[in-house]
Amino acid sequence: MNDFASHSYWILLLPFLSFLINGLYLCRKDRKSAGILSIVLNGCAMVYAIVLAVQYFQSGMAPGKVLAWEYSFLPFTETLIASVGMLLDPLSVMMLVVVTVISFLVNIYSMGYMREDLSSGRFFSLLSFFSFSMLGLVIATNVFQMYFFWELVGVASYMLIGFWYHKPSAVSASKQAFILTRFADSFFLLGIVLVSYVVGSFDFSVLNALEPATAAFSGMIDLGFCDISRSGALVLGSILIFTGGWGKSAMFPMHIWLPNAMEGPTPVSSIIHSATMVVAGVYLVARLFPFFAACEGTLNLIMVVGCFTAIFAAVIACTQKDIKRILAYSTLSQLGYMMFALGACTVVGENTINTLGYTASTFHIFTHAFFKCMLFLVAGSLIHQVHSNDLDAMGGLGKKMPWTYWSSLIACLAISGVPPFSGFFSKDEILLSAFQNGHVIVFGVALFTSGLTAFYMFRLFFLAFHGEPRSAGVAHAHEDKAMTFPIVMLAIPSLGAGYFGKEIFARYFTPGMLQVPLATPMEHAAWVPFAAAGVAIVGIAIAWLFYARPYANVKHALDTENRSALYKVVYHKFYFDEGYYAIVREFLFGGIAASAKWFDDYIIGGLVKLVCVICQKAGSLVRYLQSGYLTFYIGTLIVGVLLWRYLGNLPV
Amino acid sequence: MLDTILFNLIWVLPLLTVALCVPISRTQTKIIKRIHLASAGVILADSIYLVYRVFGLAMAEGIPQGNKPTLQFLTDFNWLSSINAHYIVGADALSILMVFLTAIIVFTGMLASWKIDHQEKDFFALIQILGASVYGVFMSFDLVLFFVFYEMEALCMYLMIAGWGTGNKDYSGKKLTLTLALGSAMVLATIFGIYIEGGIHSWDITKLADVHLSETFQMWAFPLAFMGFAVSGSLFPFHFWSPDGHSSAPTAVSMLAAGVMMKMGPYGCIRVAIYLMPEAARFWLPYIAYLVLFNVVVAGFIAIRHKDLKYITAYSSISHLGLIFLGLAAATPLAFRGAALQMLSHGFLTGLFFASIGMIYSRTHTRNINEMGGLMKVMPFLGVCFVIAGFAGLGLPGFSGFVAEATIFIGSFQNESTLIRMITILGILSITVTAIYILQTANRMLHGPVTHAHFKVLTDADPIEKTALVLITACLVGVGLFPGWISAFLDTSIVPIFANFMR
Repeated sequence: MNDFASHSYWILLLPFLSFLINGLYLCRKDRKSAGILSIVLNGCAMVYAIVLAVQYFQSGMAPGKVLAWEYSFLPFTETLIASVGMLLDPLSVMMLVVVTVISFLVNIYSMGYMREDLSSGRFFSLLSFFSFSMLGLVIATNVFQMYFFWELVGVASYMLIGFWYHKPSAVSASKQAFILTRFADSFFLLGIVLVSYVVGSFDFSVLNALEPATAAFSGMIDLGFCDISRSGALVLGSILIFTGGWGKSAMFPMHIWLPNAMEGPTPVSSIIHSATMVVAGVYLVARLFPFFAACEGTLNLIMVVGCFTAIFAAVIACTQKDIKRILAYSTLSQLGYMMFALGACTVVGENTINTLGYTASTFHIFTHAFFKCMLFLVAGSLIHQVHSNDLDAMGGLGKKMPWTYWSSLIACLAISGVPPFSGFFSKDEILLSAFQNGHVIVFGVALFTSGLTAFYMFRLFFLAFHGEPRSAGVAHAHEDKAMTFPIVMLAIPSLGAGYFGKEIFARYFTPGMLQVPLATPMEHAAWVPFAAAGVAIVGIAIAWLFYARPYANVKHALDTENRSALYKVVYHKFYFDEGYYAIVREFLFGGIAASAKWFDDYIIGGLVKLVCVICQKAGSLVRYLQSGYLTFYIGTLIVGVLLWRYLGNLPV
Repeated sequence: MLDTILFNLIWVLPLLTVALCVPISRTQTKIIKRIHLASAGVILADSIYLVYRVFGLAMAEGIPQGNKPTLQFLTDFNWLSSINAHYIVGADALSILMVFLTAIIVFTGMLASWKIDHQEKDFFALIQILGASVYGVFMSFDLVLFFVFYEMEALCMYLMIAGWGTGNKDYSGKKLTLTLALGSAMVLATIFGIYIEGGIHSWDITKLADVHLSETFQMWAFPLAFMGFAVSGSLFPFHFWSPDGHSSAPTAVSMLAAGVMMKMGPYGCIRVAIYLMPEAARFWLPYIAYLVLFNVVVAGFIAIRHKDLKYITAYSSISHLGLIFLGLAAATPLAFRGAALQMLSHGFLTGLFFASIGMIYSRTHTRNINEMGGLMKVMPFLGVCFVIAGFAGLGLPGFSGFVAEATIFIGSFQNESTLIRMITILGILSITVTAIYILQTANRMLHGPVTHAHFKVLTDADPIEKTALVLITACLVGVGLFPGWISAFLDTSIVPIFANFMR
């Protein structure tokens, strides 16, 4: 590899420098130059990443894996070495570009969004820290490095959700996000420990070449709670590792943190909770795809989890009023798409696997990143103008903010899957992969969800931009240059990334290049794209009927009180938050923790007291013997000698 | 030769400083404090230099073959000839790193207690004596010398808690000292036994390692010695002294107690109990793993329920110490190394914890987290330091805690016994519990609106306090980011111990 790639650590170091300089120095001195520094350094990183990507794809090594650089971080044993390195393959190069581009644009956007915030220096510093950790995660060469940066992005997310730490809701949301992902990560760590014990390596290249069914993994190992065969341990390990992604990508039932995380500033939601960090789970599965595919059953689990999350979140999104929450549930639903597309790849014959889902999923990561990031930026723009998150306070914003209006129309069409916008291409492939692999139910659910997506996105779109203004804030709304620029910039890939990216993805993004047994191309079901587009258009039409046709009853649409019980259950997100709180409060804190404390206070403390009391009592007993009367002493002496002589049979 | 003198000076210098300060009037607090700080600074610089020296020498030699660590700066002369006790001090990787840790904690502890308001002369003298005794424990390779230093330390602790503590200080001080004395008694019994059973008329630890003590002796002596040491490592069921003790102790003493003194327990376990009685260790360690279960799994849950900052941190220490004992009980080379790393890492971590807590307490005059709130706005520097300590405590990558925990978990998992596996798995899963209590504490204390009006006028850390906090943070990050060399360095003293353990 050439010099340019071997110095590519600069892509990480530049955001890190920005974090250090801003965090230690600039954030208290001059928040404006903090923002500029952050933009410049992240911009340089972006340029570096793009040039690197172009070089990589042009130099002919494209589908291959290149180790740009690697340092040993912590050698556990001679063979088990945790190293930090940079792996270049189509997947990581794609993510490098996505992360740096989005990070750059969001930094520009934040200049506008955080203009009035006095602590925006800290904000830029943390944002750069996030970019640094996310880039480190993306380029990981081994699962240990991935975990390392995995935790760092978690912390960055925690600190940014709770950025306005004087707001109790933001603080509790950040805590919830961190603890829930940490809970998932503990399984991730366990999975790493287990797999590295069985395999003896952290490296992706080793893990991805495993064949658990072979004799090398025959024996049994003891897991403390049960015995398990070594190949079974690998399957278990793969599920545990996936659990890390399960939590990070907020799949059901660990999804509740993501909508609550919307308490953070909107640029944060845009970069962390839609475009980059939450796809880390999907990225993890894609990265270890051959390993997961080799472990029987894991992919099925991934598919079921993903598919259920997709529809579950889409249903909730249809009823929400807070525009950021609608987008959050939409993100969940799209993440579900990516997950189940990966899981839908099935073994179709001896050593062959249909990997269209892999291509589709990585493609969807790419397209989704742009349009979803942009939608959040739009949401932030609207919130910034009308000072409310609720659709109640919007309406008619289209006329006030034409650039934003047209850009978000593009994004909405893209996410709905209308050709020729970018989302259509990736979503179509996902549906196709589900269909080709014979998962009819999953295909049906996904198709229906696709319609729902179009419906709730255009519900949002019509209610925000069309109709009559519903609050005074709308009257003062105007375009803000620093905020509109990134939105318009992101409209370009939302429009074109699908059409132009399709070729690249079909050519390079197959795990066939990633050491999986050969992929067999399957017959193209020609009607699937039409079905996908048709469903989307039907969804849009229904949304129009409900919310934007002349004389539509918008008031009823936004009413959450006078509704059927079912609507209310959905509106309250199936009461999952409440359930979680109940379990944590009553069971974890009130049950386990309280009884642990009781045990320590009363049993252990009691025993300590008991020992003290015994010592004191024994002391006072002996004290009575020391009466000070000579007669008593002599008397006991005589009695003692006599007892010694006659009972003890000892010589006198 | 010069290095050897410098090495011996580490524990002599504090005592010399105390002697030097005796004639100075107790009203001259400024001078006294400065002299003590200067001496602690010299020791710190000295210890850094010695770490560098030992590192160079040990890495040049590589990992020693056989069961003896290569001791640098070995000083050996007759001390009490009637019982053949020698004055033997020396440095291998483990001991010199622990000395370095102590030097850091003593130095920053002095900075943190810069503002104590009565009897400064005695307080600083006691810190120095306490420091000297801890240095001595880590340096000495003769059982009698080791024990003398080991005992000295608990007494200083009592005087300082009873004299400068807060709250129920008399009770806590007594509880701490008496419990530690119980442990010392157990240790004393076994080292006499080792001397007599050893039959070579020597208290020299490295010489005794070659002796195969009779198994019947080992079978009762090992648990006695191990538990005796484990008392100061607060292993269940002897952990009860630590929450009370820490909560009443003044800041510097909390830092020293949790940061260094609690490490003397596991240090003694590995240096004396496991090293000298390996046959019994192989038999007993799995049973000790049962006790670890409490520390690792239950202590975190208890911390969730507590409202007092120092209690929370004390239980957090108990659970982190549990990981050290997990490493010892798992008894693989990697787990031993992880335990050693955790000793070091937890020293820095808890030093930072107690330092920042002490500074916050000295401003708010309450340690109840429910009564605080919004302090991040008022004292951002202290708040950030507490958060750093918290994240290091929950094992965030980039800080030393992560490196140590990962090594312990991966190392313990290599032990194939059912019980160790189970505890390792529970230990890994319980990292969530750590996250819960740390975030809960940080959020209640630092975030949200400022609850009391009088908090609004509080000041942030002054330069002296900042120096202390930054110094410890640098160590935490340093070990966390460059763990490779320190692991290799530790191996030069861990591998011989393990070799003897498997003999």
